[in-house]
Amino acid sequence: MSTQQIIFLVLSAISLASAMGVILSKNPVTSVLCLILTFFTIAGHYVMLNAQFLAVVHIIVYAGAIMVLFLFVIMLMNLNADVEPQKRNWLKYAGAISGGTLLVIMVAALRDASMPSLQGGATEIGLIANLGKTLFHEYVVPFEVSSVLFLSAMVGAVVIGKKED
Amino acid sequence: MPVQYYIFLSIALFCIGVMGVLMRRNAIIIFMCIELMLNAVNLLLVAFSKMWADAGRIDAAAAQIFVFFIMVVAAAEVAVGLAIIVMVYRNTHSVDINILNRLKN
Repeated sequence: MSTQQIIFLVLSAISLASAMGVILSKNPVTSVLCLILTFFTIAGHYVMLNAQFLAVVHIIVYAGAIMVLFLFVIMLMNLNADVEPQKRNWLKYAGAISGGTLLVIMVAALRDASMPSLQGGATEIGLIANLGKTLFHEYVVPFEVSSVLFLSAMVGAVVIGKKED
Repeated sequence: MPVQYYIFLSIALFCIGVMGVLMRRNAIIIFMCIELMLNAVNLLLVAFSKMWADAGRIDAAAAQIFVFFIMVVAAAEVAVGLAIIVMVYRNTHSVDINILNRLKN
């Protein structure tokens, strides 16, 4: 077993375990911390896949901005395990069985698919120079549209969050 | 290393997200599970990008640009969604999605 495979297995085990922690823990703050751990392991996977720029952006955007926002809202509402609403048990089992069935079906469908395998060597593809060239040569219009999207999201968040008098 | 490993990992993360959406009643946790599903798809796109880059395609960076745009949309979505959840909490003093039943009337 190569070093790459060992790193992959360890990172995958941590990310799956912490993803289970997100949905199983009773306390929402624990869920947020588990999700942050999952995001860090996914960033590790990005580094292994030669997507260094995306790994950095992922940590900054998700762990730095989005999860802090979640944590802020949860602490603002003072949510904890005592006020956590629980579904009835049979509904929980139904949800788990549905998700597990989806997992089994997708794995069974893709098990025999033949695809090119990943080579161990490093590629330049995830470096910022390469990505910037692609972004500003071929995807300028979506880039500008996303800035409009951000502006409208910001205005929408302020309008929704404002107290109406 | 076969790319199937990454496909199965992404499927597992996505299915955990689906299970979370189905099993929980807290709106914030459901929202976090949606983030988890988006990240599973991002991981798959990056794996495919590496796969095609190794196979010699020169346009494989497009997949990483796509991941970039998914992150942008996710950030915008979180801002609006958390504003909606805060508003619901202010009106009902709960984040239980069953309370939203009253939208029916």
